[in-house]
Amino acid sequence: MNAPAAGPAGREHGLALLRGMLRIRAFEDRCYQLYGERKIRGFLHLYNGEEAVAVGAMRALDAGDAIVATYREHGHALARGVPMDRVMAELYGKQSGCSRGRGGSMHLFDVAKRFYGGNAIVAAGLPVAVGLALAQKLRREPAITACFFGDGAVAEGEFHESLNLAALWRLPVLFLCENNRYAMGTALDRTEAETDIAAKARGYRIDAAAVDGMDVFAVEAAVGRAAAAIRGGAGPALLELRTYRFRAHSMFDPQLYRDKSEVEAWQRKGPLITLTTRLKAEGLITEDDFRRLEAEASAEVDAAVAFAESAPWEPVADLARFVYAERSA
Amino acid sequence: MIDPVLPGADSARTPPPAPVRLSYRDAVREALRAALRADPRVFLMGEDVGRYGGSYAVSKGLLEEFGPERIRDTPLSESAFVGAGIGAALGGLRPIVEIMTVNFSLLALDQIMNNAASYCHMSGGQLAVGLVIRLATGAGRQLAAQHSHSLEGWYAHIPGLRIVVPATIDDARFMLAAALACPDPVLLFEHAALYNAEGDLTPGLAAVDIDHAAVRRPGHDATVITYGGSLPKCLAAAASLAAGGIEVEVLDLRTLRPLDDAAIVASVRRTRRAVIVDEGWRSGSLAAEVTTRIVEQAFYDLEAPVERVCTAEVPIPYAKHLEDAALPSPERIVDAVRRVVGGDGSG
Repeated sequence: MNAPAAGPAGREHGLALLRGMLRIRAFEDRCYQLYGERKIRGFLHLYNGEEAVAVGAMRALDAGDAIVATYREHGHALARGVPMDRVMAELYGKQSGCSRGRGGSMHLFDVAKRFYGGNAIVAAGLPVAVGLALAQKLRREPAITACFFGDGAVAEGEFHESLNLAALWRLPVLFLCENNRYAMGTALDRTEAETDIAAKARGYRIDAAAVDGMDVFAVEAAVGRAAAAIRGGAGPALLELRTYRFRAHSMFDPQLYRDKSEVEAWQRKGPLITLTTRLKAEGLITEDDFRRLEAEASAEVDAAVAFAESAPWEPVADLARFVYAERSA
Repeated sequence: MIDPVLPGADSARTPPPAPVRLSYRDAVREALRAALRADPRVFLMGEDVGRYGGSYAVSKGLLEEFGPERIRDTPLSESAFVGAGIGAALGGLRPIVEIMTVNFSLLALDQIMNNAASYCHMSGGQLAVGLVIRLATGAGRQLAAQHSHSLEGWYAHIPGLRIVVPATIDDARFMLAAALACPDPVLLFEHAALYNAEGDLTPGLAAVDIDHAAVRRPGHDATVITYGGSLPKCLAAAASLAAGGIEVEVLDLRTLRPLDDAAIVASVRRTRRAVIVDEGWRSGSLAAEVTTRIVEQAFYDLEAPVERVCTAEVPIPYAKHLEDAALPSPERIVDAVRRVVGGDGSG
């Protein structure tokens, strides 16, 4: 990992990052519970353990930048500013959901936030991100496109086609590989002859680096540097964000492929623990601050659940809407 | 008004306008040129569209006129450049993506189906993928089993896509503009055997829709329903039948999704007999869908079972005599019409 040490710029900076990560953790823990209560159905992929990636990256990006994410994207949507109540209503399948109940957990969209999903075909978001970046370049926009994908995606042809195209056309796209070490249950070294993901990107003449994805400051700094270079016309970049998924792949995963001790070892260096410990050690926050932020996150989740519970269902009569674009009169 | 860039258009400005004769290939090229001139958001990308001039020479000369930013050669990465077309559409451009042959589109099927066709619905209507994909389709040139198939009926199975098939010079010239004006993903299938076909552009025509089927030859004894590369075969069959006293109506579907049920049913109710000619394979084909709609909506108007003339259920073979035997032909269409109208042809 070649990113230089990064750290909090002050109390407010530290609090903002901690708040963002606690919101995601509280949201995901409640989702787990709501799944057991059968309020949320379908596939549910939780982000516990990876919060530093979404929070650090989104803080380093601009509001005008386009975001393409995966099916494990609750954290990205929340960190991007998609309202939590709209996200929860989507998981409930309600009309007030951010995709009007047609997407669910894997397909969160919010065009106003330039949040383009919510893509559940592994690596299929990369070509779309390349196209968004092509539009940004041809329209001479200052914005860039950030594309999240997992380590499993690097085995797909679309990863390689997209990296080549982005580099060939020098497009303003930042590839953010969330390497949580497992593609569902298959470890990277069981599927890849070359496990150094940054090295693959360099094969396409793309600037690439590996970053400690459990350190929110490292993520924020690396994404900020890469985004600035891309905005300056340097062409695409790739960051491999090394992280770990604390919970199962989905709600149907008995986790036969990894030892509990491995999970526990990663949890001991989890992103929330390390951030909180560091902020306290540097005298930037107190235990009271932590408890206050945790309570605020919990209250926001309560409100989101209440919103989702009381939100209306889409009428069945509207089943066939949005198959084609509705032209405004 | 005829587009002033058309050959001979200057002399056609004074009334009455003389018909402009051009090839299907030239008509598609003029459609591209007009679209690129009309809207700076429009660009063309695909394999060999630029320096090579297009694998069927459709885009020849456009690179010189519009430059490499708008006539964009791509790597052989169908999934990436189709997906990039989707992203560019979401980002506010109006991309035209060319896929050299429909068989190659299968390398991009993930993007076409899982993304282009699904984004609008699964985002609750937030995303509109205003993308046009042009694909060469069809057999007849001894290109064998990996360059000859007709998969437009297969794509017509997918909600969220619009499937349009220009079969005439007018449609080759003007369907692209209608497709670009549509906020949805439109797949525009050009039959490779049509590129050299020549015809007159209708004087004064400035636009066509992509919503309605069109009667290409009126008749009353039976309806021959077809589209794309099979239209000239159906018209040849109709002429041959007319010599024997059988007048068939030839209906060009033009758009395969959504299908123009009203036009199909209205024609079949008049003629009471239907033959569907479709270069796709018979099983699970577009012809099967059209047949079903006729049976659902006009069953009691029928005087005879619906007939289908489709491609034999084989991967298209190379040898000329085998390929010919596999495909719909005017002779097979004539035979099918004779079967539905009965031995004396009087109905």
